Amino acid sequence: MAKLTIPAQELMWGGHSACPGCGPALAMRLLLKGLGPRTLVSIPASCWTVIATPYPTTALRVGVLDNAIEATGASISGLRAAADALGLENVNIVGFAGDGGTADIGLQALSGMLERRTNAIYVMYDNEAYMNTGIQRSGATPWGAWTTTTPVSAAVHGKPEPKKDIMGIVLAHRPAYAATLNPAFPEDFDQKVERARALVGPRFLHLFAPCPPGWKFDSSQTIALGRLATDTGVFPLYEVVDGRLRITRKTGGLKPVTEYLSAQGRFKHLSADDMAQIQAQVRTDWEHLQSREREDLGRVH
Amino acid sequence: MTWKVLSGNYAQSYAALLARAQVVSAYPITPQTSIVEKIAEFVSSGEMDAEFVKVESEHSAMQVVISAAALGARTYTATSSQGLLLMHELLHWASGMRAPIVMGVINRAVAPPWNIGADHTDTMSQRDTGWIQLYAESNQEVLDTVLEAYRLAEHPEVRLPVMVTEDAFYLSHTVEPVDVPSRADVDRFLPPREPHAVLVPGEATRLGSFTGPDHYVGFRHQVGEAMERVSKTLAGVEEEFREVFGRSHGGALPTYRTDDAEAILVTMGTSTTTARSVVDELRSEGHHVGLAKLRLFRPFPDEEVRALARQVDRIGVVDRSYTFGRMGPAATEVSAALYTAPHRPELTSFLAGIGGRDVTPEEVRRMFETLLSAAPPRTHWEDLEEAEEMRVHG
Repeated sequence: MAKLTIPAQELMWGGHSACPGCGPALAMRLLLKGLGPRTLVSIPASCWTVIATPYPTTALRVGVLDNAIEATGASISGLRAAADALGLENVNIVGFAGDGGTADIGLQALSGMLERRTNAIYVMYDNEAYMNTGIQRSGATPWGAWTTTTPVSAAVHGKPEPKKDIMGIVLAHRPAYAATLNPAFPEDFDQKVERARALVGPRFLHLFAPCPPGWKFDSSQTIALGRLATDTGVFPLYEVVDGRLRITRKTGGLKPVTEYLSAQGRFKHLSADDMAQIQAQVRTDWEHLQSREREDLGRVH
Repeated sequence: MTWKVLSGNYAQSYAALLARAQVVSAYPITPQTSIVEKIAEFVSSGEMDAEFVKVESEHSAMQVVISAAALGARTYTATSSQGLLLMHELLHWASGMRAPIVMGVINRAVAPPWNIGADHTDTMSQRDTGWIQLYAESNQEVLDTVLEAYRLAEHPEVRLPVMVTEDAFYLSHTVEPVDVPSRADVDRFLPPREPHAVLVPGEATRLGSFTGPDHYVGFRHQVGEAMERVSKTLAGVEEEFREVFGRSHGGALPTYRTDDAEAILVTMGTSTTTARSVVDELRSEGHHVGLAKLRLFRPFPDEEVRALARQVDRIGVVDRSYTFGRMGPAATEVSAALYTAPHRPELTSFLAGIGGRDVTPEEVRRMFETLLSAAPPRTHWEDLEEAEEMRVHG
């Protein structure tokens, strides 16, 4: 049996105000375990604004800076510039933003931070909609999902547009490190955090962050659903270092996406045809990922 | 001291250098660009030991300095017009987080139509953001005021961001001899920032946070209280400035030949210089006129305005911008200050120099004539000849 490698240190207190089974809460806990106490986290308007608890309390044993929803990329550039100017050493600078605050309104600031080669870790915790405001669709909401602004009718089966490819956008900036992480696989998660921490330059972590009230599943099922997301190929786990992609979790074959979709109320309206369409897309994306990995392996160092 | 021939923009750059700003961030916009180009040269040559973060928007420039200030760094940025408007949301963040940022603003007209001339609409639109606003008349005053602004912003009684403004082109791109103080003197006047309530790596600290109504009102009230202490603090800072450098700029509302004046014009920025020469002319012709320069616009110097009103029956306020549906913004502020004055003079709001029009000596002379006429109007626009022509064109 593999040795448990996750650090025992807790940098997130109990008493935070996340919902039961909150993916972003689990993700923050694991992230800080990997990064340690000398970490500054910049948090835009998002669920985590609230989860961190109101003044004068805080749920985190690290420095936290609140910032406007679209400004996280710039905020971590400012923190890093100040840390360098003030001679503060061994400080992890982290932006921890939701999918809307990253892939939609925060995309410009993220692009700027990546292009400037800011020495910081940008984390997008992806619960696939504007959850803190009450489940409105974002650019990261997947095709077919119900949200309050993509209501289901006879004519419309949830969100009519596909999910924005944030990793593709980030990789076009050639970051020092980029990876997908899923708290349902804590050891893979922790290894990637450790790897990100050891590198210098702009690093990006795309976190899968299930949301029980937003996705309509029982809060006891967060980990089970997270495992299904990866094992069906909906959220594959991989990392890209120096432009080389490596898939970090491979199974003999993908489970059918229906197992993942039918476990959530937000997809319950989907027809067999809809599900088949999603299955085809997931298979294509998975094959593309595998061929990219083979190509990268074949390239001469 | 060294005399250098500097534009208002270079006066900003030299001030940022002398203040030993540690983090600078900016996005280019006309007519601010030469400020940050010069700072880029200072940093590149090693003359200035700062991190210069070149960002993809003014919004990000403001966020960079807010976050850098949150960790304890001394910061500088500069912008103008549309760039300042894009920063608007984050200007509230800066004051609410009590970030002692100093920003140079080149007062420029706001689109549409596009116009890069001098106009105060950009900063007037930021009146309620919790920033201290200081308007400069000359390039010397630009440099000196930026140095004073750091003392003010970081002062334990204040801890608020400050914008130091200058009129587009009249100062930004016009050169004047400027007495550039030595580093040693500036270090004596402006020691390194003493960080207060900043993030500390390794400790559970949080800046920003969120609250319900219970604590929120307290945060807002504290910003208000700090604002109320600015005028007095500025006077003290100017006194120290005079001790070190042998000059100062007269505090919040410096006056000129107001003794026994029957009419006083209140001006901001570069129109002051023109008006001062007109006051001299009119005085030599035997007219009792004077001038007051509104240097501090936020917080508004109520006491100083009321003191001015005690000695005069007619006050005119020259605004380089217009509050739609009201009058000139400085005029509305003067008007509000006069409400509780024991003696309330007649008040005329002059709209002049809008969008880069020259405020000429002839125009200022006419303003005094209007002010001293039997029934001065509430609002008076200058430069409307073309506006009549436009009506014909439709």
